Amino acid sequence: MFLLNNTFVFTITEGTAGWELIKQAFWPMVEGGIKYTIPLTLISFAVGLLLALLTAVMRLSRSRIVRAPAAFYVSAIRGTPMIVQLFIVFYGLPNIGLTIEPFPSAVIAFSLNVGAYASEVIRASISSIPKGQWEAGYTVGMTNGTTLRRIILPQAARVSVPPLSNTFISLVKDTSLASLILVAELFRQAREIAARTYEFLILYIEAAFLYWIICFILTVLQELIERRLERYIAK
Amino acid sequence: MKGLSKSFGDLEVLKNINMEIEKGKVVTIMGPSGSGKTTLLRCLNALEEPTTGEFHFEDGFHVNFNQKLKKQDLLTLRRKSGMVFQSYNLFPHKTALENVTEGPLVVQKRDQQAVIEQAKRLLTKVGLQDKMDLYPYQLSGGQQQRVGIARALAIEPELMLFDEPTSALDPELVGDVLNVIKELANEGWTMAVVTHEVQFATEVSDHVIFMDGGYIVEQGTPQKVLTNPREERTQQFLQRILRPSL
Ligand SMILES: Nc1ncnc2c1ncn2[C@@H]1O[C@H](COP(=O)(O)OP(=O)(O)OP(=O)(O)O)[C@@H](O)[C@H]1O
Ligand SMILES: [Mg+2]
Repeated sequence: MFLLNNTFVFTITEGTAGWELIKQAFWPMVEGGIKYTIPLTLISFAVGLLLALLTAVMRLSRSRIVRAPAAFYVSAIRGTPMIVQLFIVFYGLPNIGLTIEPFPSAVIAFSLNVGAYASEVIRASISSIPKGQWEAGYTVGMTNGTTLRRIILPQAARVSVPPLSNTFISLVKDTSLASLILVAELFRQAREIAARTYEFLILYIEAAFLYWIICFILTVLQELIERRLERYIAK
Repeated sequence: MKGLSKSFGDLEVLKNINMEIEKGKVVTIMGPSGSGKTTLLRCLNALEEPTTGEFHFEDGFHVNFNQKLKKQDLLTLRRKSGMVFQSYNLFPHKTALENVTEGPLVVQKRDQQAVIEQAKRLLTKVGLQDKMDLYPYQLSGGQQQRVGIARALAIEPELMLFDEPTSALDPELVGDVLNVIKELANEGWTMAVVTHEVQFATEVSDHVIFMDGGYIVEQGTPQKVLTNPREERTQQFLQRILRPSL
């Protein structure tokens, strides 16, 4: 089992309160953020995006046999709660002899989740590129695959950035669910300290504040990326 | 081209089209809206796959659309023609120069330095020597269309296809584009041009095809088809577009 290896947390005891508590709880939470929340988000998003791209391309295929499994995957993930998916991976799979550590379990569940939601975004943005762009690719001699890669995806990427950023920001917040499968991420730290001090309000607000800061930074980054991708579009 | 037909579902848009495009000659295709001109042109480079028919090329390459089209044949066929679209369809995320180099570099894998040289030459030829590094949105319609022409020329096709290359343009920009096409005709490019510009067609073409309702109604030299049309439908059409106020 994966236990809290953070001894710092245990030095905070009942009776610590106010600013002192906020200060003492700050580093364990930030550490949870840096060691778990952010890596979990980044890895899951990267893996999820690859899955999403594959799924989107499969769903745009002319062949039913290619489309069907992709559609099934998206439907299954979108139709079930995130927390249930996490529990199936972490608590369920051991029943068939597959025991996975908390962090990799979380990565698996979140990647699958991002893969399904982002594939819908990517599929929509690929479809939004005018047919004439495909044809222009064909007329300079490109195959379907080359046209997709060289002509369609770069344009679809620009269309995808705003909705994918939303997926990303949601993911940051959703990783707090990993606290329920023992990942020592930001919110888990808050819960541990709160359980010890009974200062729920202060600690949960502090955790909320930290999530907010992360998301705020991401929003700024999102705008920078969008501006860069829009350099070839009339203002 | 022999016995070409094309249906979209139940709708037969091209009916038993037989035509020949001679090397070095310019063929213009005219006809009322919906007569199948665009579809014919798109069949020529298999953007639409004809329902029936055959293409034979001078070099012996031939495709029979009565059978399933092989992927390799499709690519060979596309390689033989360059297409200029009515709505340009430039790649918006690439500069004028990159639009032109994309085909030769990515598909034909030709030497980069040589391709860039060639692209610059082509852009200069169409009068855009000082616009090479601009993105399509920074260009006027006429300039975009000239990039489109350079892009099609860059793949060194045997046949250039133009689908109403000037009909999306403001009247004062039409001339530049037509002049570029005329110049290409003088240089001996083989071309098929769909156009409503009668005067241009008379000047530039060796052969005129008049289509209506998916059939070739009349074809021949510009004098025959445009100046002294035999068929009533051709006469009516010409009257309408030459005197649009009536
Ligand atoms: N993808 C398609 N699916 C179904 N019908 C089509 C399709 N493309 C064209 N058609 C039909 O085929 C006929 C011929 O169309 P086409 O675009 O070739 O005409 P056109 O001569 O180029 O007309 P215009 O001068 O208006 O460009 C029209 O009736 C059109 O509705
Ligand atoms: Mg047309």
